Amino acid sequence: MKTQLERLRQLGRYPTAVIGMVIIVLLLVVSIITPFIMPYNEAIRLWRGGEDIWGRYPRNAAPAWQNWFTSTDLSNTIIIDSAEGDIDVPTEQISADTRESRFSFEFDFPYDTFPPEVTLFSTAQYASKQPFVELTWITPDGREIRAGEFTATANSSFRFDQDERLQRRLERETGIDGVPVVEALFDDPNQEGLQVLQGTYRLDATALLFEPDSKVDLAFVSYGEVHGIAGTDHRRRDLSVALLWGTPIAMAFGLLAALATTVITMTIAAVGVWYGGWMDAAIQRITEVNAIIPLLPILIMVGTLYSRSIWLMLGLVIVLSIFGIQIKQYRAIFLQVKESPYIDAARAYGAGNMRIVFRYLVPRILPLVIPAIVTLVPGFVFLEASLAVLGLGDPVLPTWGKLINDAATQGALFNGYYYWILLPSVLLMIAGLAFAMVGFALDRVFNPRLREV
Amino acid sequence: MATDVVTGDFNINAEVDVKSIEATARKARAQSIRRLLRYTLLKLVALVITVAIGVYITVIVANMGGEVDKIRMATIRETVALAATADPSFKNLTSEERIAVINERVELEAKRYGLDRPFILRSFEYLKDAMTLNLGFAQQLVSDSGSRLVRNIILERLPSTLVLFGTANLLLFFVALFAGLSLSRRYGSWADKVVLALAPTSAAPPWFYGIFLILIFAALLGLLPFGGMVSAPPPENGLEYALSLLEHMILPVSAWLLSAIFLTIYNWRTFFLIYASEDYVEMAKAKGLPDGMIERRYILRPTLPNIITSFALLLITLWTGAIITETVFNWPGIGQLYARAIGAFDTPVIVANVVIYAYLLALTVFVLDFVYALVDPRVRVGEGGRKS
Repeated sequence: MKTQLERLRQLGRYPTAVIGMVIIVLLLVVSIITPFIMPYNEAIRLWRGGEDIWGRYPRNAAPAWQNWFTSTDLSNTIIIDSAEGDIDVPTEQISADTRESRFSFEFDFPYDTFPPEVTLFSTAQYASKQPFVELTWITPDGREIRAGEFTATANSSFRFDQDERLQRRLERETGIDGVPVVEALFDDPNQEGLQVLQGTYRLDATALLFEPDSKVDLAFVSYGEVHGIAGTDHRRRDLSVALLWGTPIAMAFGLLAALATTVITMTIAAVGVWYGGWMDAAIQRITEVNAIIPLLPILIMVGTLYSRSIWLMLGLVIVLSIFGIQIKQYRAIFLQVKESPYIDAARAYGAGNMRIVFRYLVPRILPLVIPAIVTLVPGFVFLEASLAVLGLGDPVLPTWGKLINDAATQGALFNGYYYWILLPSVLLMIAGLAFAMVGFALDRVFNPRLREV
Repeated sequence: MATDVVTGDFNINAEVDVKSIEATARKARAQSIRRLLRYTLLKLVALVITVAIGVYITVIVANMGGEVDKIRMATIRETVALAATADPSFKNLTSEERIAVINERVELEAKRYGLDRPFILRSFEYLKDAMTLNLGFAQQLVSDSGSRLVRNIILERLPSTLVLFGTANLLLFFVALFAGLSLSRRYGSWADKVVLALAPTSAAPPWFYGIFLILIFAALLGLLPFGGMVSAPPPENGLEYALSLLEHMILPVSAWLLSAIFLTIYNWRTFFLIYASEDYVEMAKAKGLPDGMIERRYILRPTLPNIITSFALLLITLWTGAIITETVFNWPGIGQLYARAIGAFDTPVIVANVVIYAYLLALTVFVLDFVYALVDPRVRVGEGGRKS
């Protein structure tokens, strides 16, 4: 115990090891609290969700903090929802069976770029007569533009950029043929070309209700070019879900695979050395065959033919790795340990074979195992990512590798969505490097011969 | 007179000596070549057996869901259908009749190939087929020359893979060797410390660095192509073709180097340092031998077997990364073919690729074993040399 503490203290002398330890602890903390913030099933439901969950998120938006580094302020998402009580909706009776609800969505637009889309979502309750909604767009300089009208159904949306009448009206107003609707709405008429007019905009919506029990709720969404801490993907999903859940999955995969492989490999080596003879020879030959079996191709084959479940992959990785090259290294050490006097002593008091293997041989090289495990972790973390990048990621779970795969298949690098590839890659890099740095330092602490040179 | 006799004696003795020395030397050389050949042959046999076992396991895994049987049936159907369309006597039959005849023939062929026999017996035939790359027709993919034979599809792509990774690995070997030697000379210098600090970066596979390199040099700077092997359309001129190939190779080779170089240099420098502290090196220094000679004869020679072993292990792990590196760089090799086969669920190609990678691994091991035999005198002198 004392020597272990001493070794820990020695580890503190390597600054990279300390940084690595801090990162590992942080990753582990995130891994442990993630299931509490967002339960497993919730994460899967969110990640597999479509427009019903992600409808109000922008498509391919960069992280919001990108604005800190650029001189132009990219537009942010603005959501004003009357169902959430964001605005007051005064309703008056205007005739015997008609009531009028007035929605006034007022918002500040301080950004330098146009929003990619603007949409008004509506949910209505009615028996047979659908409510009727009229929209007026009021710019900061006081111009009023009739934006359109629609009949609200139980679940409908008015997409400004897909309304042809509004398009024609704006073409007349700006004098530009085929002007993009949203850009014309936010345009500053006093400047050449299409420039954003900053200030307070208002969208007035008047809903006519033709039944006494009828009700309408409207939600105004001005989609942003930046969104949240991690941005969104082509299916409007918030990347932070996958980045967050990728952490426990990567940690679990890496740690479990490294731990299981090392412990089993070591035990096999110890058994082989202790029994010797044909057992040792068989283990050696299996190790040599195993070196020829290509791990990733086998995983790919199983992934395509049978199942892509991450837990099956984990099991397979462990099975294919236990007869790894490390067996030879452990064998060399066990061969020395086997000749130690204390093993003879154990034999003299009548200890059984298994007792000697598990109580005397294996514990002797445990100190070597800790650096081995830590060093193996990054390889497995990247292996999981590699599978995902090839399109063989777990079908339901969001992982870092799957983000990279999505980004690659959507041509993120060609289209300039760099954040989409960079965020998961940087997380992978940080996790991999942290374990590698600690493993490296541990190796030097536990193998004094390396420390001298 | 006496002196003559003495000189004569001396001359005779000298001649005998030279002859006997030459004879022994020749004998020794012949013997060492024989040993070398025997060692190589033994290794080759062992590797073939190893590959056979590995491929057999692949066959078993692949056929757990009857997939290989399906491939066989599809191949039979394809051949029969092809023969049927070529047969003029089929022209007069209606399509139902033709299908009936084809089905009958397919059943006959299936019986002939023994698809009704137990799997254990068939598995050995599959093994033979797999070992000879006789893996039937691809379901979706077609080779550039238009062939649907899996063997042709794979063999067509093998050269591009070998060109890329052959170059990358040779560069890796020599750069790491010379950098390691030079660092071991300047142990503790800032360059040494930088390599030591960067060694953990080798935890990431090559494709990972590939993404960053593409991002920087292709997407942001626009200096180098995003991927591919030559520019489109391929240049006609041989020299231009080579230049275009080189240009496209820069990024993948750099990614490959980046992901392995620092750890390799660090490991090899450590080997050199361990061997540089041996007594005989001190002795050579005391004799006043030039540094270059000490390095070549006293440090490099005994370290090479270790280095080759470590390089073999490195290559075995790197081959795996080749699949994704090719995919990331859109390099038309086996790896990219693999990724496409996955996308198209083309089972015959996927199974064949596992076999090909087993062969590539075995080939790597074999070549390195052979080089090992060349540099390790113990192999040439024989087993006895180790004990004495």
